[in-house]
Parts: sequence; C-alpha cells; structure tokens
Amino acid sequence: MSTTKPIEFSRRGFIKTSSLASGGLLIGFNLFNACKPNVAPPIDLSLLDYNDFNAFIKIADNGAVTIFSPNPEVGQGIKTAIPMIIAEELDVAWKNVFVEQAPLDTKNFTRQVAGGSQSLRFGWDALRQTGATARQMLVNAAATKWGVDPSECTTNEGVISNANGETLGYGDVVKEAAMVEIPEKVKLKKPKDYKIIGTDAHNVDIDKIVTGKPLYGMDFKREGMLHACVLRPPAFGQKLDSFDDTAARAISGVVDVVQFDDKIAVLAKDTWTAFKGKNALKAKWKEDKKLESSEDHNDILDGLLDGKEFNTMRADGDIKKAFADADKVLERTYESPFLPHNCMEPMNFFADVSADKVELIGPIQTPERTAKSIADILERDEADVSLEMTRIGGGFGRRLIGDYAIEAAQVSNITKKPIKLVYTREDDMEGGIYRMAIKYRFKAAVKNGEITGYHLKEASFNSNMYGLIPHFFPAGAVENYQVDVANYKSDISTGPWRAPYTNFLASAEQSFFSELAELMEVDQVQLHLDMLQKVKGTTDDRIQYSPERLENVIKVAVEKSGWGKKEEGVYQGFAGYYCHNSHVAEVADVVIENETPVVKKITCVVDCGIVVNPMGALNQLEGGAIDGVGHAMYGDLAFKDGKPLSNNFDTFRLIRMKEAPLVECHFIENEYSPTGLGEPALPPAAGAVANAMKAATGKRIYGQPFTKNPELLTLPKKEILG
Amino acid sequence: MPTYQLKVNGESKSVDVSEDTPLLWVLRDHLDLVGTKYGCGIAQCGACTVHLDGNAVRSCAMTASQAEGKSITTIEGLSEDGSHPVQEAWKEIDVPQCGYCQSGQIMTASAFLEKNPTPSENEIKSAMHGNICRCASYNRIYKAVETASKNMGS
Repeated sequence: MSTTKPIEFSRRGFIKTSSLASGGLLIGFNLFNACKPNVAPPIDLSLLDYNDFNAFIKIADNGAVTIFSPNPEVGQGIKTAIPMIIAEELDVAWKNVFVEQAPLDTKNFTRQVAGGSQSLRFGWDALRQTGATARQMLVNAAATKWGVDPSECTTNEGVISNANGETLGYGDVVKEAAMVEIPEKVKLKKPKDYKIIGTDAHNVDIDKIVTGKPLYGMDFKREGMLHACVLRPPAFGQKLDSFDDTAARAISGVVDVVQFDDKIAVLAKDTWTAFKGKNALKAKWKEDKKLESSEDHNDILDGLLDGKEFNTMRADGDIKKAFADADKVLERTYESPFLPHNCMEPMNFFADVSADKVELIGPIQTPERTAKSIADILERDEADVSLEMTRIGGGFGRRLIGDYAIEAAQVSNITKKPIKLVYTREDDMEGGIYRMAIKYRFKAAVKNGEITGYHLKEASFNSNMYGLIPHFFPAGAVENYQVDVANYKSDISTGPWRAPYTNFLASAEQSFFSELAELMEVDQVQLHLDMLQKVKGTTDDRIQYSPERLENVIKVAVEKSGWGKKEEGVYQGFAGYYCHNSHVAEVADVVIENETPVVKKITCVVDCGIVVNPMGALNQLEGGAIDGVGHAMYGDLAFKDGKPLSNNFDTFRLIRMKEAPLVECHFIENEYSPTGLGEPALPPAAGAVANAMKAATGKRIYGQPFTKNPELLTLPKKEILG
Repeated sequence: MPTYQLKVNGESKSVDVSEDTPLLWVLRDHLDLVGTKYGCGIAQCGACTVHLDGNAVRSCAMTASQAEGKSITTIEGLSEDGSHPVQEAWKEIDVPQCGYCQSGQIMTASAFLEKNPTPSENEIKSAMHGNICRCASYNRIYKAVETASKNMGS
C-alpha cells in the first residue's frame, strides 16, 4: 500500500487527441484499458462506492488548463479532489486550473463509471500517472524544439525550463506535444514535494452555490419543455388497476396524461401544475398477495435468525466447540429499520426523446449504466443516447439507481416531447430503494479471560453483506469465528445507502464489544487493542484492515478525547472501525441536560492515507459522523400494508442544528495511498454514541432509532438517601 | 389566470399564475430564479427560504398574492456579486457538501444576523434549527454564521 511502488499502467490506457475544435491537447486516461492483464476490472456495479475515477485534461494553445471531472459530484468533493491530484503531477498552479463536469461521452472516454472497494487507491495512481504523462509529453515536445535531452528540462507551475535558462510555457508547446509518442514510463513526485495535495482547496463550485446559480438537475430548463409528475402505486406490492384522469385534465396548464408500466404521468406547463395534476388523478390499485407491514418485517427477520438456512461467508475453527467449552457466553440481537436516503434535491431528470436522439440531463451517479438501460428499454442504439450530468443535491447511494431517469425517458418517449420529471418530496420518500431493515445476532464465547468464539448472523431483506465485509475486524482476532447471512425477498425495494451494511453493522458490533468488555471486566479500548495483537502478521489476504493502523487510530483517539479522564458528568463511548479502506476511531461525549442524555462531541481519528484536500476531507468526516448519529437517533421508516408511514420531514425526523454534536477530527499523517472518506466516519459514530448512552443512563440500546424507546434515554431514578 | 405584481430583488415583475401557486414555484418556474430550492413543500426544511420585507419566510408555504406589495429578496439578490458578509463567510469556511440546501441556509442566516448582529451560541443554533442539511454540514454552518457576525461587526 506504500506510495513508493505505484501500480504500473500501460500506455494503452491513455488516449489523446489533438483534433479539438478549439485547438490544444486533450489527454485522457482509461482505467479499464490500463489494467494490467492480471488485474480484473470490477464488474459488479452494485458494489460502487463514492469514489470512481477516470480523468481528462485539456490544455489550450494559450496554456489554460481545464481538467474534466467525469465523475458525478454528489457532495463528496470529488470534483475538487480529482483535479487537485492531476494538477499536482501536471505541475501547474492550482489557481490556473479550470474544472468542468464532463458529460457522458462513451465515444471518447468510455467507462466513466468503475467501481469496487479498491477504486480509490487505484484511482490515486491512475490520476497521478495521467498528470505526469501529460507533463512529460509537454517536456518532450519542448526538448525537441530546443534540441536538448528531456532529462535536462524541469517544470514549475506550467513553465518548462532547460539548462541554458530558456523557458517555454505549456501553451507554447501544446501543438507539438499532441504529436509526440505517449511516454511508456513517467516519474511521479515524492509526497514531500507536493505543492497542491495536502493543501486546503475550496469547493470548485462554491461561488455558484452561494449565489444561487443553476447547477442542479432541478434547476435545468429547456425552452418549450413540459414538467412531469408521476403517480406510482402507493404500496409496495400493488399494481395499477384503473384510473380516471378527468379532474387532472380539467386543470388549466395540464397538457397531457400518459400511462406507462403501473404509473401515470401528468405533463404540465409548470412544476406546480404537474404536482396538482398528479394529486387530482383518481386511481384504483390491486394486489394479489398480502402487503407487508413492519410487524411482518420484524417476524421475518427473527424467523431468519432463529432458522437454519444461512449462507456462510466465513468460517474459522470450530465455533460449536468454542461455545461448548466456554466459561461465559454472551448473545445479543440488534435491530435497525428501513431508511430512505432523503437527498435534499428530490429525484428528477430531463429527457428529450426524438426520432434521431435520446438526450438525457440530470443528477445521476451511474451515467453509463443508466444510459445503457434507457437504450435497452426504448430499443434504441446506444449511440443515439447522450447523457449530461448536473451537480447532485445529495446521493447517499440513492442516485446509483437510475429508475427516475428511466421514467423521464419513458414519458418523453411516449409523448415525444422534452420533459423534466420531478419527484415531490412525498414521491421521493415513498419511492423505495431504501436501506433495508436488518437484524444482527452476535454470540461470543469467553474462556480464561479471552474471546474464544465469535458468531455473527445477519438477517436482511433482498440482499446481504458482500465483498470483504465478513473479513473485517474481528475476523482474524478470534480463532473460532463464523459469519452467516440470510435474506428474505421483500416487495419493499432496497438499494445501497451510504456505507452499505457497515452503516448499521458497525454500530451493533461496537455496542456488542462494549457489553462484552463489561462481561469480561476489562476496558473496551483495551479489549480492542488486545484483540488486534492477534491479527498482526496475519497471512490471510482476505483481511485487509491493518491491525497496526487500527491500533494507531485507537491510541490517538484515546489521547485526543481524554478517554477515561473526563470530568464528572461527561460520559464517553468508544468505537474503532475499518471500512472503505480507511481506519477510524471515534469517541462520543454525552452529557445530561434536562434529565436527557445529549451528544455533545465526537472525537474522530482517521487514517485514510495521504489527505488530498484537508478542507474537503474534514467536511466529509464531520458530516459523516453527524449523519451516523442522526440516523441512529431518529431515522425510522415503518410500513403498514405496504405503505411507508412517513413521507415528508414532518413525519421523518432528520438531525438538525441543535442536535448536531461538534465533530473534532484528527488525521494520521503518513504516505499511504489515499482511501475512502465519504463513508468511513459514519458507521462507527452510532456505536460510540450507544456506548456513551449506556455510560450515561446505565441502559443498553439494542434497536435503532434510539428515540424509539424513550425509556432507554431516561436516567434511572436515584434513591434519595433518607 | 390572475396576474400578480411582485417586487423581486428590487425589480418589478408581473406573473400570470394560478392563485394557489406557491411563491417558490413562481420564482423558480416563472422568474427563472432557481437559487431558491424545493426541498419539502411543507415549510419543514428551509431550502426555499427568501426574505419578505427583510424577514426570512418559507416561499413554498405562501402564495404570490401574499407577497404582493412586499419586497422579496432571493439568494440571487442578496448581493450583486456574492459579497454579502454571510456569503463571504460561507466561502471562507467552505460550508457546502452537496450544496443544495445552502441558499436557504444563507437566507435564514442573513435575515437573522440583520436582527441580531451579535448572537450567542444558543441563539445561532436556534435560528438555524429550522434548516435541514442532509449532508450534516452543521458544524460549518454554525462557524460561518459566527464568522459572518464577527465580520459584520468589524
């Protein structure tokens, strides 16, 4: 994982063109073509996380550098961080770099979306190679012009110099550089020489955001377009029986009503009229089986956990024997509800389907996959489909699924009109693709003061944990260890939600460790550190967390949070976790105000390797930790007969200013390749809070949201001494 | 459809919309002022906050007729060039993540600081409590309001 030995890329991975209408050089890097033959590209797109990279640089004749960020910006700061890495190796001044969102362009770029748990590390090398390759081509062109060897040339902030003291700007040699061979090997900078990476860069869209410029899909407008709003089955499991659109069509401004699948779209001259038209539709719905309610979900998950049908994801040693031989056994079940994503920008998309083209514009995290789905559904040639990405008002995993873009294309295809389809907030929250409800059952065997057995069972809806999650800590730390999973195919649609699976697993597991530490009469932090000792030197390559790096973040968190040394009245809870290739330790401080425990502060220590943009990174950590606390405290989507019982922010509670703890972050400084930041701060936060709540109230919370059982958040009545 | 005369960002505007159309959609769809955002439509999230005679109001929960005769300011009219102290503070602290809620946050903060230029911690938190940020950039929103307050005083 050291930066001294980057992954090597073949020059076949690069593309270049000098045939730009505007002149200049465009150089691009294709992640997939660049893979060495023995590196399998990740193909399971459901495993996408926030950080997928490809990169393109345009250098104009006048030396202006534009870096296209082809990856959708959902608020994770990618549109700033990607160009920073390229600009560093290209050796240009950050203030002279323009950043643009690149549209989906399968002809020139191919594969704007790639994914997998290693994508950030891989992207790090790829992006640096891209910048360095472009820089070397410019240097080679200058050297040829001067008749000197390229090795005699140096660069600094867009200017090439030779030993004779002559200089040329990048713009002066762009034409020649476009003609030179792409170099096979280029030299990368040493981290100590970085001028851009590791410095604070502001969000590249900040000026537009604070002045309200059109940026988001919701803001997109095309002359003559209609606004569409769609009525969908109100309950999961229902289908359309019949509908009456008389009242909707009678509304002034409603232009058309069309049916597709089990849905009805109202097209109108403005958004509000489309909303009104949708509300005026009278539809009958039908179902051919029982619709699901939360009580059913609860019973189903319990049934799975109590049953025998499991898929074993990892099995070490003999857990049966470990439990039979144990001095003590602890078994606990933790539960969490369905959760909507609630992106602040509701789902929306523009589509203009005509005889010669399919034009799509809007907020989407998976542009290529979505464009392809639409081509398939409309039975069109993929070459007819263009897709342009807008800035995204929140993703959290929701916009990995392009159902709303497909709907827009379907409606435009039927009407052959340009339309912008917009979800109301109610449509958005009732629309599905939720984080599924999950229960975890943990069982640990303790013998002679050591954990000798560990059994984790996951009961879920529609899918289960994947990839390396079964091999996260404490895998490797316990000799007899097993992870079993099972799921039930539900009518409620589910999908990825920020930090899939670990978003609740970490909370549950870190609470369980805390209770286990109480049973063993040891400090939870010490228990964690002792367990990590056993993982050191492991040869199990499925174990990708580093015991040393996890140990380090824990020790720094202990120091920074004042663990065990807090003044009276401050109750602390700890969580140490690894996910998305980053190691995180968090300590929550809870105090009692008005007889209620209040989360005041989260101390968050992160080892994510080199921090590309500290200003952006801190924002991700602060938001991630508060998001974790908020959903654990308040997030709850219940169902009655297939219908969600919350559909707006009056009935679904999101964390707000007064409830948000202060998040104090610390980075471990090292030269490891950068790893994920959009997600890793979220999973441990709820665990740290649950443990701090236990310290404050004496009560252990086994279910989310914590506020669902208010008695768990009240203090034990103190006996008044007479 | 009735015609309404509105004064938006210092300019007189005439719009023809149905009488139940919320001010939010008048601004966004009919006056091309899309900085004011749709978040919930029921005055719960604050993304649609604008100033009405200097007071922060939820434009999704009022009609054009209710805004007639009053001075409406949207994020586009808060300053000519993004130089309002609250906008400057938002830039300095680099508040946004996805950014969608931030124009509403800025409009709430600017109306609040106009009335209470030197607020306490609790006053800032109470004033901003009605605006949801799903990315949870609350620590920075707090810091930016505090920074703007300091800069406005100096």
